Amino acid sequence: MGAIRLEKVKKSFGTLDVIPGVDLDINDGEFVVFVGPSGCGKSTLLRLIAGLEDVTDGKILIDGTDVANEAPAKRGLSMVFQSYALYPHMTVYNNIAFGLKMAGESKDVIDQKVQSAAKILNLTDYLDRRPGALSGGQRQRVAIGRAIVRNPAAFLFDEPLSNLDAALRVNMRLEITGLHQELKTTMIYVTHDQVEAMTMADKIVVLQAGRVEQVGKPMELYNSPANKFVAGFIGSPKMNFLGGELAAKHNCHEIGIRPEHLTVSTDRGDIAATVKIAEHLGAETYLHVEADGLGPMTVRATGEMPLGEHDKIFLTPEQDRIHRFDAHGLALGPS
Amino acid sequence: MENKQTPLGYISFSVFAWIVGLLIFFPIFWMVLTSFKTELEAVSIPPSFISFDWTLENYAEVQERSNYFKFAMNSVILAVGSTLVGLVFAVTCAWAMAFNPTKRTKDALLWMLSTKMMPPVGVLVPIYLVFRDWGLLDTRFGLIMVLFLMNLPIMVWMLYTYFKEIPTDILEAARMDGATLPKEIIFVLLPMAVPGIASTMLLNVILAWNEAFWTLNLTTSDAAPLTAFIASYSSPEGLFWAKLSAASTLAVAPILVIGWFSQKQLVRGLTFGAVK
Amino acid sequence: MSTRASTLTGRIMSAPSIIVLFLWMAVPLGMTIYFSFLRYNLLSPGMEEWIGTLNYEFFLTDPAFFASLANTLLLVGSVLVITVVGGVLLGLMLDQPIFGRGILRLLVIAPFFIMPTVNALVWKNLLMDPVSGMFAWIASLFGLPAIDWFTNAPLTSIIIMVSWQWLPFAVLILLTALQSLDRDQKEAAQMDGAGPVAIFFYITLPHLSRAITVVVLIETIFLLTVFAEIFVTTGGGPGLATTNIAFLVYTQALLQFDVGGASAGGIVAVILANIVAIFLIRLIGKNLDK
Repeated sequence: MGAIRLEKVKKSFGTLDVIPGVDLDINDGEFVVFVGPSGCGKSTLLRLIAGLEDVTDGKILIDGTDVANEAPAKRGLSMVFQSYALYPHMTVYNNIAFGLKMAGESKDVIDQKVQSAAKILNLTDYLDRRPGALSGGQRQRVAIGRAIVRNPAAFLFDEPLSNLDAALRVNMRLEITGLHQELKTTMIYVTHDQVEAMTMADKIVVLQAGRVEQVGKPMELYNSPANKFVAGFIGSPKMNFLGGELAAKHNCHEIGIRPEHLTVSTDRGDIAATVKIAEHLGAETYLHVEADGLGPMTVRATGEMPLGEHDKIFLTPEQDRIHRFDAHGLALGPS
Repeated sequence: MENKQTPLGYISFSVFAWIVGLLIFFPIFWMVLTSFKTELEAVSIPPSFISFDWTLENYAEVQERSNYFKFAMNSVILAVGSTLVGLVFAVTCAWAMAFNPTKRTKDALLWMLSTKMMPPVGVLVPIYLVFRDWGLLDTRFGLIMVLFLMNLPIMVWMLYTYFKEIPTDILEAARMDGATLPKEIIFVLLPMAVPGIASTMLLNVILAWNEAFWTLNLTTSDAAPLTAFIASYSSPEGLFWAKLSAASTLAVAPILVIGWFSQKQLVRGLTFGAVK
Repeated sequence: MSTRASTLTGRIMSAPSIIVLFLWMAVPLGMTIYFSFLRYNLLSPGMEEWIGTLNYEFFLTDPAFFASLANTLLLVGSVLVITVVGGVLLGLMLDQPIFGRGILRLLVIAPFFIMPTVNALVWKNLLMDPVSGMFAWIASLFGLPAIDWFTNAPLTSIIIMVSWQWLPFAVLILLTALQSLDRDQKEAAQMDGAGPVAIFFYITLPHLSRAITVVVLIETIFLLTVFAEIFVTTGGGPGLATTNIAFLVYTQALLQFDVGGASAGGIVAVILANIVAIFLIRLIGKNLDK
């Protein structure tokens, strides 16, 4: 129903190749997240799939049919915009109903569909209000309602949670995931937040400068990143990259070890370091240290660590969690 | 600075400001007052401010003797006509430039601006001759065309700045919702653009109503609007101040009212968006 | 963000306006340029002949031209100074808390909406008439003789009327700009020990400089072609005392029927205006890029 395939999709603006060429397979019902830093092309890719931009070359196949030349409306997709893009002069009801009205549905069908979408999203009490009279979270839900009601082959989300405050963001994240479990429709979700990617996705596509760096399940990307970029992007705080003697010992250019895979000891260990700043959060402690001969590192320890500036400590990486990278940043296998 | 102002300071400054304001407004006030005086009263020294015989005879005469109504109608027709014609052209042009910009769009906009900066006197001769040869002199149609062309750049610019303020993703949402181009314009764009369009119309009405170059040079009697009618008082016979005041008050009242409500739009339109 | 289809639609939709404006500008301007090289008098039609730049020579060496150029510059310059200085002062005044400020603002703005012919005749008659005008009466209160404005100081009279009309424009623009100056800057300056005068010169005025530039440029464009006030009061006189370039061209074209000469004059006016226009366009072009 909602299987999407991109074949050699290319997008250029003038002489600038924003997306040099992407191949991607999205299975029906999958929750796929496009993630990457600002300017990596993830929104552009989404807009190409939506039809809001034209591809310079390549095919976009929805359930086997190439839609690269079709108008957005004909592709059977729905989009939730970052700014929600609600029609400010229409009531919530009419906002949700607009797409159906454009499709020429009868009044009764429209009413039935709008009411059922409103029920799923808890909007029934707000149907007569204008977007101006709604809170951020409510507007979000109206935007989602507008998308649901057209029964699309796939939902496209363009950084929908960026405009919400932190607490609301956590709630909406759960709501969207819940929605996916209920509707079982394909969802393509764009974000720069790797936490959203890790928690919501069936499959993550990591992008940088218009190229796909890696595609895989969240834990695959976490445990087996294909290169330094993915290794550093997924997981917070960022993975430590160490060169020098330590890397030579492991036969590579650089090794990577995540802050949470280092054990801290005050008397012995592989790496000697001095604490610069200690951040105490109660449930965990972040130590920003200067490792002898290796440079700055970040360590994440569970629970409370009574350490502070100038304290000398020793770090030992968990052996099976060490990642090896060559001079080009590509991951090598275990040593 | 303001928060340190004392009540006394506030009052004395207010008094000062009001004196200044009333002085600036005085000519208008005096004109309206004079319109209610008899001609003799109007030229008497010392001038009377309140205690005179208030009369409406000037207003009656202005209509009877000189058919004020015809000139007023012409002003209305020219102002409204050029605005409507201008809207048709300007809305389509500004829409295209705001939502489908090309590399040339900015140049085109600036070029349009430059046509507005050409002094009308530079084309007075050919326009006059063309109008004469094509029988357009003293016709409302001819004047509407000229006023429309004079103000088209301002209308395009104003609408352009208003359209640019409409978030494009709302229009994209309409596209995703299946709206074809006409439907997108009718159901989403226009409702959101109505305030901007109204402001542009108001500004254009004001500019057309007050235009005093082409209306003076290209009309004589049939199509003459109020600007020309008032101009005829420049070489009058006998006492005429009270009648002039009455005619003037009638002529400026509508625009004063409209103008008071459209100050913000005026700033935006006349500075081509450079000051908002 | 545009797709192929909509770019084409865009071009088609902007075409009519551009074409129509182009015709409006290019054709008459072209004709004016053409006429300016002819000896063409409306009283003897059909006898036009090419005389090259003779019209320009005549026009530019005519003492009337120099007089009108001087008048134009004097008129534009004086009005600019009066309106900008007055505009800044009035803008500052209206930016303060005042009782009934909204209404006061309407009073100050009103002159701009008066049509030029009304403006001129009200000033000439009701206010400046040396016998029964308001100014004459006020002068008599102080024991001073009445000034016969239009005989003794005609250009000054015109300058006064036009300044009165354009002052609100400057006030509006500058007030809008003033109100966009956020209080934080002023408060930071106060913390730094600046008094009101220092704040004005170091913070307010620089912030206003852009708006002042806009006011100056736009007013210049319109002031170069002041016509109605002169037409309706002095007819350019006495002599040439109130003739500006626009009026000079008008008299040559429609009163002396010298199309050739008037066309040359018109082109000169266009060139003058273009010089100013170039600056304004550059300023606005920069604004477009934002």
